[in-house]
Amino acid sequence: MKTENQKAWFFVLPVLLLVAFNALIPMMTVVNYSVQETFGDNIFFWQGLDWFQQILRSDRFHAALGRQFLFTFLILIIEIPLGIAIALSMPRKGFWVPVCLVLMALPMLIPWNVVGAMWNIFTLPDIGLLGYFLNHVLGINYDMTQDPLAAWVTIITMDVWHWTSLVVLLSYAGLVSIPDAYYQAAKIDGASNWSVFRFIQLPKMKTVLTIAILLRFMDSFNIYTEPFVLTGGGPGNSTTLLSIDLVKIALGQFDLGPAAAMSLIYFAITLLVSWLFYTVMTKDDQN
Amino acid sequence: MAKITLSKLRHSYAPNPQSPSDYALKEIDLDWTDGGAYALLGPSGCGKSTLLNIISGLLVPSEGQILFDGQDVTALPPDQRNIAQVFQFPVIYDTMTVYDNLAFPLRNRGRDEEMIRERVLAIAEMLEVTDMLTTRAAGLSPDNKQKISMGRGLVREDVNVVMFDEPLTVIDPHLKWKLRSKLKELHQRVKATMIYVTHDQTEALTFADQVVVMQQGEVVQIGSPVELFERPAHTFVGHFIGSPGMNILPCRLQGGIALFGDQPIALEGPLQGNPTGKTEIGIRPEFVSISSTGLPATVTKVSDVGRHIVVECEAQGQRINAIIEGQAPERGTAVHLNFRQDQTRLYVDDWLATSAQEVAA
Repeated sequence: MKTENQKAWFFVLPVLLLVAFNALIPMMTVVNYSVQETFGDNIFFWQGLDWFQQILRSDRFHAALGRQFLFTFLILIIEIPLGIAIALSMPRKGFWVPVCLVLMALPMLIPWNVVGAMWNIFTLPDIGLLGYFLNHVLGINYDMTQDPLAAWVTIITMDVWHWTSLVVLLSYAGLVSIPDAYYQAAKIDGASNWSVFRFIQLPKMKTVLTIAILLRFMDSFNIYTEPFVLTGGGPGNSTTLLSIDLVKIALGQFDLGPAAAMSLIYFAITLLVSWLFYTVMTKDDQN
Repeated sequence: MAKITLSKLRHSYAPNPQSPSDYALKEIDLDWTDGGAYALLGPSGCGKSTLLNIISGLLVPSEGQILFDGQDVTALPPDQRNIAQVFQFPVIYDTMTVYDNLAFPLRNRGRDEEMIRERVLAIAEMLEVTDMLTTRAAGLSPDNKQKISMGRGLVREDVNVVMFDEPLTVIDPHLKWKLRSKLKELHQRVKATMIYVTHDQTEALTFADQVVVMQQGEVVQIGSPVELFERPAHTFVGHFIGSPGMNILPCRLQGGIALFGDQPIALEGPLQGNPTGKTEIGIRPEFVSISSTGLPATVTKVSDVGRHIVVECEAQGQRINAIIEGQAPERGTAVHLNFRQDQTRLYVDDWLATSAQEVAA
């Protein structure tokens, strides 16, 4: 006989309350804003799905979304292979292991706004170390405050500098978990270095790489602080990514309705892409 | 296939070995004949895996040479020695099918697909994995994975030697027996030299024609399973092989007669040379019987292990095991133990010192 009682609910209740107050209720407030219009004084008018239609049809949103996808695509295509390559060339044992690990972890320990500020000062054309060097020593015309291309190069470089370490550390963890016997067997089987990578290292890193790509996708897709501090979305709107645009609409223009609708769409896109990616990557394991 | 010669081989993991204890392998001279089934038997840490890795080329010995058919291969990397090795844990390439796994060593060596197909199918049939050829190797059970690892070792028809490094460790007990007999059968079919490393005496004795027993980096005896059982050359072999192992009893020599306490014990034959040092009598429990005359002892423990009964006795403060059939005496009874003379040996400083008596005409 299985006894059933409802006592377990009491144990779950505190968590439910906590989640309700820090996630569900704020989220529902956003949903609430997204279907209403207000002119202040806490007076709201029902608006239906108008804000969603407006956002989905707006060129401004399309442009920001395009920039966001481009940014995420570029940093993934640089950080993932680079991270794997660095992890592969790191020592597996000995004195240099902790040294490498600490050096790798350092950029990730720096607060995001500090990273933005550092790179801002570093790349300013007349006073920044890099900016001055490029402009006045090498004679390359580089000004991330004026030139959209330079601004893009700078935010991409900054993100690669800040976050490749995450991919490195995760890949490295995957690599060191491969037993020596695999490498020995591959040697005896006459496998080339490429075969060892393709048939041993890459498959064994698959799980951690899935996590690394997922984390980097979500983080970079929601990125705000660093590009905001570095370029403020400029020059013009050239580095205005989705979150920067969202904050401009919500807090700059105080259009709460459209901003709420936009943030829900934004959230849905992040969720959808993550889900699709995860499903595709883990499909093989279930068979 | 080739004859393998180990000549004056020594290995140390320390950079500057000074004393003999710095060596994981003490000097080893060995010949492995072509097509033989060998086992390397010894407890964990005795150096057997070190020796195996030296033969396969994963490790370069500090001193000495390895010859394949008289040719020095000491400095050659594993892929140029044409050897195969099966590891303790099954190594399979997860993303490949079973077929591709088996074909991998041949493809890496640039053989044509026609020939690869022929070999893979033949090996798959031998291992009884033909029905799995198209499935992904990742989903297989551990014993099938280990079969695939073995298959990759056997798929090249010209390997000098196939080495097994405790290959049955992760296999379920009821499948161990099956795989072990499969290996024996494979050896008879492919006729390659095989070296099987294990710490399990049953595995070694059932697989090999010749067993090399190692202890603390030293080869203590090489012989057929029967020789190892009947005439252990070293007390370690006596201990290690057999269940329970050989009784080793301290004794002293007086006028060519061995005295255990105050009891004279008849030995199998004359002593070789004039022994000085620690002297011990060795007798297997199988050859100790309980009778009305002989060494007085007290029964301390009786365990029925099924086929026979192990009787643990105490005499002169020493424990002596006897294996008997039929009725066992009660615990605490005073008995007399009889040692079969032709199986009673004397060890001096752990090495066998008696030689078998010629049968008198």
